[in-house]
Amino acid sequence: MQSPMLRFVARRLASMALVLFAVSLLVFLIFNVLPGGDPAVRMAGKVPTETQVEAIREEWGFDEPLYVQYATTMRKLLTGDMVSYFTQLNVTEEILKGAPRTFALAIGAAIVWMAFAIALGLFSAVRAGALSDRLLTALALIGISMPVFWLGILLSHYLGSEAGIFPHGGYVEFLDSPTQWFWHLVLPWFTLAILFIGVYSRILRSNVIETMGEDYVRTARAKGLSERQVLLRHVLRNSLIPIITLWGLDFGAVIGGAAILTELVFSLQGVGQYAADAIGQFDLPAVIGVTMYGAFFIVVFNALVDIAYAALDPRIRLEGKPRT
Amino acid sequence: MTQTPLLEVRNLSVSFNTEEGVVEAVAGLDLEIAAGEVLAIVGESGSGKSATALTLMGLWRDPNVRISGSARFEGADLVTAGDDELRRIRGERLAMIFQDPMSSLNPVHRVGDQIVEQIRAHREIAAAEARRRAVELLGAVGIPDAATRADSYPHEFSGGMRQRAMIAMALSLEPSLLIADEPTTALDVTIQAQIVDLLRELNRSRGLSIVLITHDIGLVAEIADRVAVMYAGRVVEQGALDEVFYDPQHPYTWGLLGSLTRIDRPRPKRLPQIPGAPPSLLAPPTGCHFRPRCPHEFGRCLETPALESRQSKAPGHLDRCWLRVEEKRRRRQTEREIALDATGEAS
Repeated sequence: MQSPMLRFVARRLASMALVLFAVSLLVFLIFNVLPGGDPAVRMAGKVPTETQVEAIREEWGFDEPLYVQYATTMRKLLTGDMVSYFTQLNVTEEILKGAPRTFALAIGAAIVWMAFAIALGLFSAVRAGALSDRLLTALALIGISMPVFWLGILLSHYLGSEAGIFPHGGYVEFLDSPTQWFWHLVLPWFTLAILFIGVYSRILRSNVIETMGEDYVRTARAKGLSERQVLLRHVLRNSLIPIITLWGLDFGAVIGGAAILTELVFSLQGVGQYAADAIGQFDLPAVIGVTMYGAFFIVVFNALVDIAYAALDPRIRLEGKPRT
Repeated sequence: MTQTPLLEVRNLSVSFNTEEGVVEAVAGLDLEIAAGEVLAIVGESGSGKSATALTLMGLWRDPNVRISGSARFEGADLVTAGDDELRRIRGERLAMIFQDPMSSLNPVHRVGDQIVEQIRAHREIAAAEARRRAVELLGAVGIPDAATRADSYPHEFSGGMRQRAMIAMALSLEPSLLIADEPTTALDVTIQAQIVDLLRELNRSRGLSIVLITHDIGLVAEIADRVAVMYAGRVVEQGALDEVFYDPQHPYTWGLLGSLTRIDRPRPKRLPQIPGAPPSLLAPPTGCHFRPRCPHEFGRCLETPALESRQSKAPGHLDRCWLRVEEKRRRRQTEREIALDATGEAS
């Protein structure tokens, strides 16, 4: 008998390939139908002659039929030979250069936002209706409403430049100086995390309140467990399941480049920033590169979320069929 | 009863605030249960049975709930005990099982682990030892292949097995009193019988005292030693099973017993029912709570009758009805004859 896990992974890999193919095709087509998208004209300089443009077209293969161009692009993407139209730099190398920075930002921020969300959400739920709960509700709303770039600039200015507690943007390699690496990332982590803390703590609060009304929580109390055991083992454990799902998805998105604003404000030079530049320059290879990179992580984390979900809730199986 | 009862509830009142006002769920409740006894608390929904159970377990402590009176249990007062003292009693000396075994077990923890958790919350014993005990308990309540099934999750159990697992959990520290709140209501009829058998067996073999809360008169007849009938937050009648069943003193109890179908009696065309509905506990009627629905109401019913014995021959048979005993017997007889006239056989 095949293990259900293996079958799940196989099925997921197949659907992943399909999604990635569809994404690449879409990006490619959109770029080719956009007005002003002809890369040859743009590459030829400010006042290009017809011959120059023709030469570029021939050199880069822009005169080939679309499907040939698509195939070439994909081949280059897979072999890591894709080169930016404008900077002539290798796209894969550029993404790999930015990726560790984006990862450092995303992992740290995800830990910060989850830790704070659990603490605040749980506290809020236990104190539901009290002044402290209302205060946290207001704070969460403020957190959700604050624009990332505004908050980032504010933090960076007051805690960075003015107070001098934190460095004013930039990134230090972990291997060069772990403390400096950490110090440079504190503000970006919190800037990125604030919005998520707001959202997650609200969701957790309502999950916890709902779970506290469950019969099995009453059973746990009837068993003579301490309030702390009831809260952690029965209430929180069950309330966290939907949050973990969300966490995985958001984490995938942030890794995939959703933290563009934070990266820009703190000049982290991560993948998000590279993506922003690529889009600004209409640079098809770079755009396809970062899109595929982002899509890859989102799809991977989707699958991981499903696995985590099945691990956390024994009623859920990776297979579609019900348990016998 | 000369020995001190295991649980002695005196003048227990429970009220809680709602948006419409204060609801008096339990009003001046007196109960006692001796060691090894099965006491059934009977009544319809909203009569205060479950509120009583949750209050005794201390599961109803909330700023919105006001509790007064006393409930002496093994040297402690369940009403005034501190949270910590109560926690130690709960699960250890006093256990409870609930109506819906489907939702009463945590779906994400293994059944065995949920029992182990309870044992280890009260005793400092090794996990392996607690687990051995959990398996033993599951076996004792009739779960086949208990060692394997201890690793199952609740959703892999049937309803009856889940209730068995709940019972195993409740028994894990050998409590002296088990409160069973409608333990069979959510189960199939055949499974109900099995669970009742199990409870009766535990009562006999281990001397486990049981407070059985139910609206199922048939269940009461099968298992109870004594019966307390609750109506609108008060006990209206209390006594030994035979006393209450064969010589019911309160018109509400007559009605309750009259609404049973019996295979040894002619079948009525229509099941008799008590007209009307229980009063709102936001504003209960003055005097006897059953007064508005009672066909035998008279002037004195505006005063609240005390719960006391009204017949010298049966000092343990208490009721809250102003009618004289002979008068009650006469009227009950008339009612029964009227009911028999309406049976299919007579036409």
